[in-house]
Amino acid sequence: MAAPPTSRESGNAFLLILLAKRVASGLLTLFLVSLVVFIISGLLPGDAAQEMLGQSATPEAVAALRQQMGLDQPAAVRFLRWLAGLLGGDPGFSLVANMPVADIIASRLPNSLILAALSTLVAVPLALTIGITSAMRQGGRLDRALNTTTLAMVALPEFLIATIAVLIFAVELRWLPSIALVPAQGGFLDLLRALAMPILSLSIIVVAQMARMTRAAIIAQLGLPYVEMARLKGVSPARLVLVHVLPNAIAPIVNAMALSLSYLLGGAVIVETIFNYPGLASLMVNAVTSRDMPLLQACAMIFCCAYLSLVLIADTVAILANPRLRNR
Amino acid sequence: MKPHVEVKGLRVTAGGKDDSAITIVEGVDFTIPRGGVLALIGESGSGKTTIALTLMGYARSGCRIAGGSIRLGDTDILGLDEPGLAALRGDRVAYIAQSAAASFNPSKRIMDQVVEPALIHGRMDRKTAEAKAVSLFKALALPQPDSIGNRYPHQLSGGQLQRLMAAMALITGPELVILDEPTTALDVTTQIEVLRAFKHAVASQGATAIYVSHDLAVVAQMADQILVLNKGRVREAGVAAQVLQSPTDDYTRTLMAAARPAPKPAPAVPPAQAPLLEIKGLFAGYGKVDNTGRPEIPVLRDISLSIAKGATLGVIGESGSGKSTLARVVAGLIRPASGAVNFDGQRLPGGLEQRSRDQFRRIQLVFQNADTALNPAHSVEEILGRPLRFYHGLKGAAQRKRMAELLDLIRLPASLAGRACSGLSGGQKQRINLARALAAKPDLILCDEVTSALDTVVGAAILDLLAELRRELGLAYMFISHDIGTVCAICDDIMVLYGGTAVEIGPRAAYQAPPFHPYTDLLVGSVPELRAGWLEEQAARPAPPAIGPALDGADLCRFLPRCTARIDGLCNQFTPPRHHLPGGSDILCHHPEAVN
Repeated sequence: MAAPPTSRESGNAFLLILLAKRVASGLLTLFLVSLVVFIISGLLPGDAAQEMLGQSATPEAVAALRQQMGLDQPAAVRFLRWLAGLLGGDPGFSLVANMPVADIIASRLPNSLILAALSTLVAVPLALTIGITSAMRQGGRLDRALNTTTLAMVALPEFLIATIAVLIFAVELRWLPSIALVPAQGGFLDLLRALAMPILSLSIIVVAQMARMTRAAIIAQLGLPYVEMARLKGVSPARLVLVHVLPNAIAPIVNAMALSLSYLLGGAVIVETIFNYPGLASLMVNAVTSRDMPLLQACAMIFCCAYLSLVLIADTVAILANPRLRNR
Repeated sequence: MKPHVEVKGLRVTAGGKDDSAITIVEGVDFTIPRGGVLALIGESGSGKTTIALTLMGYARSGCRIAGGSIRLGDTDILGLDEPGLAALRGDRVAYIAQSAAASFNPSKRIMDQVVEPALIHGRMDRKTAEAKAVSLFKALALPQPDSIGNRYPHQLSGGQLQRLMAAMALITGPELVILDEPTTALDVTTQIEVLRAFKHAVASQGATAIYVSHDLAVVAQMADQILVLNKGRVREAGVAAQVLQSPTDDYTRTLMAAARPAPKPAPAVPPAQAPLLEIKGLFAGYGKVDNTGRPEIPVLRDISLSIAKGATLGVIGESGSGKSTLARVVAGLIRPASGAVNFDGQRLPGGLEQRSRDQFRRIQLVFQNADTALNPAHSVEEILGRPLRFYHGLKGAAQRKRMAELLDLIRLPASLAGRACSGLSGGQKQRINLARALAAKPDLILCDEVTSALDTVVGAAILDLLAELRRELGLAYMFISHDIGTVCAICDDIMVLYGGTAVEIGPRAAYQAPPFHPYTDLLVGSVPELRAGWLEEQAARPAPPAIGPALDGADLCRFLPRCTARIDGLCNQFTPPRHHLPGGSDILCHHPEAVN
């Protein structure tokens, strides 16, 4: 530990060092993950050459194709070549689809990001509202009702939610399309209409987790002496929670949110499948079945990157919200 | 004239609304004239805080104001609804909590919290409120009154926070101020300043006050009237001087007796015995140790002491003086940076790993807070059985027999053995905590503030028990405390720590009258006496005389920044020498004949 800084500048310097350490450890994690992804994808039986030529291919033909594709080179060389490509923005060439991986991902990533972003916009405010409300009414009827609902939402499998949603809104009521295709033209409202059911399904899953964590984090604070002091100052219940409690509960809340939201990108595979939505998660599953290693590796790295970024954001918010770290 | 505050037949219950509810406060009546100060005194569980909080129409979670009436001016407080109460709290009635450190919101600046009552009750705009806050900071003698509001709670000391909390309470000019043990968590030298600041600030606003405390001597300085409470009922009520000088109730007399523990006679120790524990030139602290044996962040500097078999050494000092670190070094929890710790003639290894099981057994540590030191999920049997098995290999019937002996030794019934610790009272828990140490059959017990978390009456009983155990078992104690009265009651020798140095060490008799080291003098002089008017007699301490800059790198007196007897050119230039005083103690000071 450095000597205790006294001025504000040294406090900020301390903060920057703290954040730089977090970023550095994030990058290190990313590197280790890339290594693991590379090794694991190498463990899958068969390779792209075998897959392309089919079961009946002669060993000579497979070997020739392997050599042509560079698959016969030592693993370390292939790893470094791949890593250098990733850093340069070129994750390789998909032999299965016969096009650059970057192009395939470029066609899918925006879809995934739109779905994740819209789900976040719905889920986060909803989760905060539910969590805060039930914490304020702790033990009351409303709290118990919200508790039961969120518990049921956590327990329900997402394919069930999605299927029921399709049955109700698409089959019975015919309000919404059962297949979520991003309209090439049309405004934001068309987009919302197309994506309403995937957003609904995804939100239900993550809202429950986030709301329960928010409630727990706030209730942990409510028993502390400073909350009683605020009450005895005549602070209103809403001000108490929003102004006094929330800043102290924000660190566990954002961390829970980061974990939940990271699910929206990679965990959306079932929802993407049910609604036939062209997202990244289903792309990755296809890559596994077709042994498309460059594509599989690129997808895994994107998911990992997203997850680490979310955790990094959560860490940063937690550090900034804590005056002991922000203002030493 | 109509009294300002009138409470009649107050009743508070805990638990349900039906017959299962437990009454925790019953039939309490009192009145306070405008501008008067009423003290509520009693032990924990007496209901004093509960009663004080009802004046704001507030009952803690699980409690309920079940009956009676509370009138403040013309307002019937129990007749108000929630918004009515919220409008009252922090505006007409203000509260100063026991632990300011826990009662300030850790993530908001002090100024935002201090002006909040004035803003939410619409008393003034932010600018006026901040100006008023700064003037209150000045009145409460806070350092840097113009900028202290920009700090966060963790950047301030306990004494400063307590005064800032007073500023927060007084900002709306409340007609009633409730002070709930506001100085209990403070060091005695800080307490006297805070008491003075409170008294002045409350009086200058003409506010009526309720002062909640367990400390009679503090109450004697603050209150006009006293209400003595026990188990939720009034035992005695009257004018302060009358209650303090001629108490009529037995319980009040018990409280008075416990407030000033009588010295326990020391058993005759055979003279010239080899010391049991001997420490020479000890340095300890945190961080890297340099080649001269000084740690990066030193906590203890050049400590030397010795405790004979069956003797008791008191270690006294304020928070941060290093007294707990000393106990931890002896126990092996902290490695000394340099210096020797000898036990029964043998060098004691610094760390836990190199110590033998027998060395562990012979030195036992008793922590301050039995609530956290004892595993709440374990029964008394499990807690005492562990050391019996570990050190003595006792099992089955032999273990039960020894356990019964131990419980008898600490004056608890043997039937308690099966009980879970969480179900015991504070005093019982501390006795079990002590029995856990005794189970090892130690030669030396390190007592770290063992009575500080207890009520005075319970604490006095623990002191009696410690003195008895010492006579019966020939135990030696290192008794650590911040309270000089407690230390003088039980110890043969006393060491005063300040900033990690032993500024004075000597026999207990030397602490009865001056001369002292200047810090000991401050410490002894800050302990309130059990009579009204004492606080007024203590003239505010003069500012330390001006001196030149301290010589860089010199090993100067640690008390220099606060010392009112410091000498320019001597204290700020040279390391203080050790002097022997006629009273029998050694002091670390430049004054050859100590002050006073």
